[in-house]
Amino acid sequence: MTAGNGALEVRNLAKHFTIGGGLFGPEKKLVRAVNDVSFTVPKGTSLGLVGESGCGKSTVARSLLRLIEPDAGSVVFDGIDVRAAKGAALRQLRRRMQIVFQDPYSSLNPRRTIQQALEEPLRVHRLGTAREIAEKIETAITEVGLPKQALDRYPHEFSGGQRQRIGIARALVLDPELIVADEPVSALDVSVQAQILRVLERLRDKRGLSFLFVSHDLGVVRHFCERVCVMYLGRIVEQGVTAEVFDRPLHPYTKLLRDSSPVPDPTARLTLTKIMGEVPSAANPPPGCTFHPRCVRAAGPCMTDIPALNEHDRGRQAACYHPETWPGLQAVAAAG
Amino acid sequence: MGAAVSSSPARPGGLWLAFSKNRLSWVGLALLAIIIIVAIFAPLIAPYDPLEQNIVARLEPPSAEFLLGTDSYGRDVLSRLIYGTRISLTVGFIAILIAMTIGSMIGILAGYVGGVFDQIVMGLLDVMLSFPTLLLGLMIAAMLGASLENLIIAIAITEIAPFARIARAPTISLKQRDFVEAGRALGFGPVRIMGVHILPNMISDVVVMSSLWMASAIRTEASLSFIGLGVPPPTPTWGSMIREGFENILDAWWLAVFPSLAILLTVLALNLLGDALRDAIDPKLRAE
Repeated sequence: MTAGNGALEVRNLAKHFTIGGGLFGPEKKLVRAVNDVSFTVPKGTSLGLVGESGCGKSTVARSLLRLIEPDAGSVVFDGIDVRAAKGAALRQLRRRMQIVFQDPYSSLNPRRTIQQALEEPLRVHRLGTAREIAEKIETAITEVGLPKQALDRYPHEFSGGQRQRIGIARALVLDPELIVADEPVSALDVSVQAQILRVLERLRDKRGLSFLFVSHDLGVVRHFCERVCVMYLGRIVEQGVTAEVFDRPLHPYTKLLRDSSPVPDPTARLTLTKIMGEVPSAANPPPGCTFHPRCVRAAGPCMTDIPALNEHDRGRQAACYHPETWPGLQAVAAAG
Repeated sequence: MGAAVSSSPARPGGLWLAFSKNRLSWVGLALLAIIIIVAIFAPLIAPYDPLEQNIVARLEPPSAEFLLGTDSYGRDVLSRLIYGTRISLTVGFIAILIAMTIGSMIGILAGYVGGVFDQIVMGLLDVMLSFPTLLLGLMIAAMLGASLENLIIAIAITEIAPFARIARAPTISLKQRDFVEAGRALGFGPVRIMGVHILPNMISDVVVMSSLWMASAIRTEASLSFIGLGVPPPTPTWGSMIREGFENILDAWWLAVFPSLAILLTVLALNLLGDALRDAIDPKLRAE
């Protein structure tokens, strides 16, 4: 682990939930929501985290900020162990890592004006005088494309897109270095999505922010992120440079994801991969590769052993015994 | 995008403005003001001494001399009613204020902390709830002895549990809202999150309920006073007046009816105020 390079490094992160149990409840079960997840977000870059609903994306996002306490693994930000941080050190870390939520209707306190919402973090962290704070929140609100007059208003007076801008402004006032964006545009209209993405892009370039961008929308991730991790049932099954991963997926699941997302090109014929079965319950995952019951290529060890996330090409990893083959990748894939 | 943020009446500090726009809130406020004035200036308003007995004028029906009649000791009902306002309001207000404060704090804390702490606290409160209010009040009042202060304490304790329950449920649902998570991510402490982000979003439920529970407090006061564990006789309270009136309900209806009307009007005023306050606290309803 390198110290002080501004990167977020996650190693073998795991989070389990227990369901059921209790005196009269159903049988107690362990849900492995996140299993052995590792990735790195170098300073100033964006990493996408994609997968279906319930695959553990949001749990990963929240564990990083310790909104949920992870059960195992390490989270290191700029050389500081996030999981071990306590008291003042944790507060300091929280200044540097912020989160933007999916639902703009739930992310703002309905009883607080925008001014109060933006001021509060600065006051709590005692950052600056009243005048400096006022200047800072004016900068933040104009940076996300809202007029200063918005400060006197309450959240219910704004549209979803405007609220999302406010949520972003609130994340910005503490001058963070990393933003965890948990499906920041998926609750918005398509036209508004583009606007919010543009706001995020502008901020990333201007402030040199790092992003962990959680989404199920491959188009948005392809547009926003240099690198991407594909998650399935709590595990990362493939990672690499976004364009390469989506153009030439190695893992059959990535291929399935890509083929089932619509392409805005009328000349492109949609050739649907055969989708078999449904997502298994995380409380009762299949043995071996968790994807094998739905996989057309499953054979041999897939049913019994969990495949490791191996390097198949330069900077590309996939957890699969029988990865897809592509011209130019074949030799490396066979060797892997 | 920015152009859509146009003018709208809602502004911070507009609470009073919003409250005063509601016509019913004025009715409630006026009623309560009258009741409070009556309580404060009781000696000036009351036509007779509430304790003075007049055996010649026993159980007189309402007349020009005794506007609301007299009771079985010949005491003027109107004067007793006016003096009784003091006791009922004091007991109702203070007991509910205590119960509301302590109950809400327990409820928010249990809901926010959750887990085993929540189960233990709510379990203990369930034990308290399982006793009828009157029985619990009776036990506490008997333990403490009969006086005005002890009556207030007894009633306050009996109504902590319902307030804790009312406060806990919205806390649990608010805890899962993103703005509470955002607060944690921004490094806010638990006290700030509970006080600034959860409390203002659920206080309206508690305030509205408190106006209803105040009626119950006044009733409990009545019952305890009758049993002899409340304010000792001959001090007039609405509750003890109703109880005494029951004895003669068939031939002297005015004894029970007028104190009951007084309770009714007080509770009505409190409910109107509670509703208006709930609407005024919510910025969403305020804008309308």
